[in-house]
Amino acid sequence: MEGSEAIAEAMVAAGCRFFSGYPMTPFTEVLEHANRLLPPVGGVCMNAESELEAVGMAWGAAATGTRSATGSVGQGLSLMQESLSEICFAQLPLVVLNMARGQGDYFQATRGGGHGDYRHIVVAPADIAEAVRLIQLAFHLADRWRNPVLFLGDYYLAHVQEAIEVGALDFGPLEAKDWALDGSSSGSGRAKLISPIIPVKRNAPEPVDYGTHLASIGTRVAAMAAQVEPLVETGGLEDAELVVVAYGTPGRYVRYVVGRLRDQGVPVGFVRPVTLWPFPSAAVAAAAEEARAVAVFELNSGQMVDDVRLAVLGRRPVHFIGGISFDSSGFGIAPDLDVDVVSARILSTLDQVRKEPA
Amino acid sequence: MTLPVVPSDRPPDQPARLVDDFTPPLILPGEHHMCPGCGEPAAMRSTVEIIDELGLTSRAIGVFGIGCYTGFSGALDVEVLQALHGRAPSLATGVKRARPDTVVFTVQGDGDMVNEGLQEVIHAAARAENITCLLLNNGVFGETGGHMTATTVLGQRTKNTLEGRDASRHGYPILIADLLAGIEGSAYVARGATNSAGNVARTRRMLKAAFAAQAAGLGFTFVEVLTMCPTGWFIDTAEAPGYLAEHLAPVHAIGVLKDVADDG
Repeated sequence: MEGSEAIAEAMVAAGCRFFSGYPMTPFTEVLEHANRLLPPVGGVCMNAESELEAVGMAWGAAATGTRSATGSVGQGLSLMQESLSEICFAQLPLVVLNMARGQGDYFQATRGGGHGDYRHIVVAPADIAEAVRLIQLAFHLADRWRNPVLFLGDYYLAHVQEAIEVGALDFGPLEAKDWALDGSSSGSGRAKLISPIIPVKRNAPEPVDYGTHLASIGTRVAAMAAQVEPLVETGGLEDAELVVVAYGTPGRYVRYVVGRLRDQGVPVGFVRPVTLWPFPSAAVAAAAEEARAVAVFELNSGQMVDDVRLAVLGRRPVHFIGGISFDSSGFGIAPDLDVDVVSARILSTLDQVRKEPA
Repeated sequence: MTLPVVPSDRPPDQPARLVDDFTPPLILPGEHHMCPGCGEPAAMRSTVEIIDELGLTSRAIGVFGIGCYTGFSGALDVEVLQALHGRAPSLATGVKRARPDTVVFTVQGDGDMVNEGLQEVIHAAARAENITCLLLNNGVFGETGGHMTATTVLGQRTKNTLEGRDASRHGYPILIADLLAGIEGSAYVARGATNSAGNVARTRRMLKAAFAAQAAGLGFTFVEVLTMCPTGWFIDTAEAPGYLAEHLAPVHAIGVLKDVADDG
C-alpha cells in the first residue's frame, strides 16, 4: 500500500470523521484517499477553496467534538498559521498533516509561524508502519491535550509502497468531550462558548480576562512539555565516538548507514527523534555524553541542529552535516538522500572529530 | 405657588434594586459595551429573538467574527464558536457538515466579511452551504475607530478617506448582498436596517425567513443589516439613523433580493 493511502486508512481507523484540504503535492494523495474513505463511514471530506478555509472547516468540525484533520505541505501550512495559533488558544483538538517537500519546515513545525505563546506536539515518522501508528497517536494526544498535533511526513512517506496492515490502536481512555458544541446548551442559561479570546460567557461565576486566559495556555504548554513522552529511536550508541541525529526519512537512511558502518567496525551510533516537540533532549544529551561529538543530518540549512545544541549544551561539539538537497521537481526528492553520500559525510566527520583535542 | 421639592437631605431608605429583569430571552443579563447610538445591538437582539420564536434555540450555534459585535459572543445564551477576523463562514461550514442537525449562523461586520474574508462567504453561497450568514454593515471599521471598508459609500468621510471616498483613488463599494443573490446556491438574500422601528420590524421578517429556510434545508441564506455607527461616521448620535437613510441605503438598497421559497 502507498504511504498516503495507509495514512488515510489509519486516520479513519483512529475515528477521524472530518477532513478538509486543498490539493498540493505530495499532500494531494492523502486528500484523495480521505475523500474516498470518509463518506462510506459517515464522515465528511471537504475540498476547501484554500488552505485558509481548509483549516477553518476543520476548526469548526473539531468544535463539535468530531475527530478532525486537515493538512497541506509547508507552503500551505504557512497560510494556516494564524488559525493554528488560535486553535491552540481555543483549546481544540486537531490533527494537522504536513506532507513536506524536503525538511525545510522543522522550524515551522516545532516553533510555529503564528502569533503568541503556543506549541503543538509534533510527530515525525520514518516509515509507513510508524506513520500508521503515529497518526493514530496524534488523534489521541490531540484529544488528551485539547491541542493541535502536527504530523510531519514527506514525499517519500507519501509515495513509497510498503506491505502494511492498518488496524485501530488503543491508547487508553480519554475524558468525555463535554465542551463540544451541538446547540443543546443554547437557552439553558449556561450556553457553551469556545473562544481563543475569552473562554467564558459574561455570566460565568468566575470571569476570565484575556491575559489570564493566555497565561493559562502558557501553563498548559509547560504541562505538555513536561508530560508528553518524547519518543526516540537509538542504535549503536555503545562505544560510539560519533552520534548522528536525524529524523523522518533521512533518519531512516542514517539508521541504515550507521548499521552498515558498524558492521565494518566503525564506532558510530544514531539518535532518531520521533517526536520533534517535545524534543527528546534527554536521549540526545545521554548519547552525546558517551561520544566524542554529535553530527546532525537534515535536508535543510540547519534547523533541528539548534535543538540538538540546546540538548548538548556545549558539552560536546555538534557538527551540521546536512544541507538543502532538491532535484528539479522541487518535491524534496533529494540527491543527497543516498547511502554513499550519508556514509561519506559521517566518515569524514568522524575523521575530523578524531583530530580534535578531547 | 410653591412647587414640591424632592427631599435630598437624607440617604434613601434602601439601595436601588432591579425590581424586574426585562432582558430578552437568549441574552444574558449585563451591559453591552457598544457606543451610544450603535445599530448592532438591535440586530443581535432581533436575531436571537427570531431563533427563539422559531423554536430553534436548542439547535442553535453562532459563529462570530471579529469586530465590535464580538462582545456579543459572550453575551448571548446561545452556543458560540469564536472565529478569526474574516473566517466565520468556513468554521460554520465545518460545524454544519459535522452536525447537520444544528442551526448555524455567522455574525460578521463589513470589514470582516467583505474585506478580510470575502471569498469565504462567496464560496459558502456557491456550495449552497445550509447556514445563515449575517452581515452587520455600517460601512466602516468601527472597532479601529472609523476606517474605510469595502462597503464604504462614495463620498463617505472615514479616517483614511478624510476628504470622502473617491472612486478614482479608493475604488467603488462592493454591494455584497447583490453579489450573493446572483449565485446559484443562495436560497434567501435580503438587506435590512436598524435605523427605524419600521426597518427593525422588516429586518426581523427577513431574519425569520432566512432561519426558516435554513431549518427547511433550502441552502445558503444571507441577511445584511445596515447599522448605525455615529462614532465611526463622526456625527452626532441622533443624526445617525438619518445619515444611514440618506447615504448608505440609497447604495445598499433595503429589500429582499432573492427568496427561492417565494418563487412560484
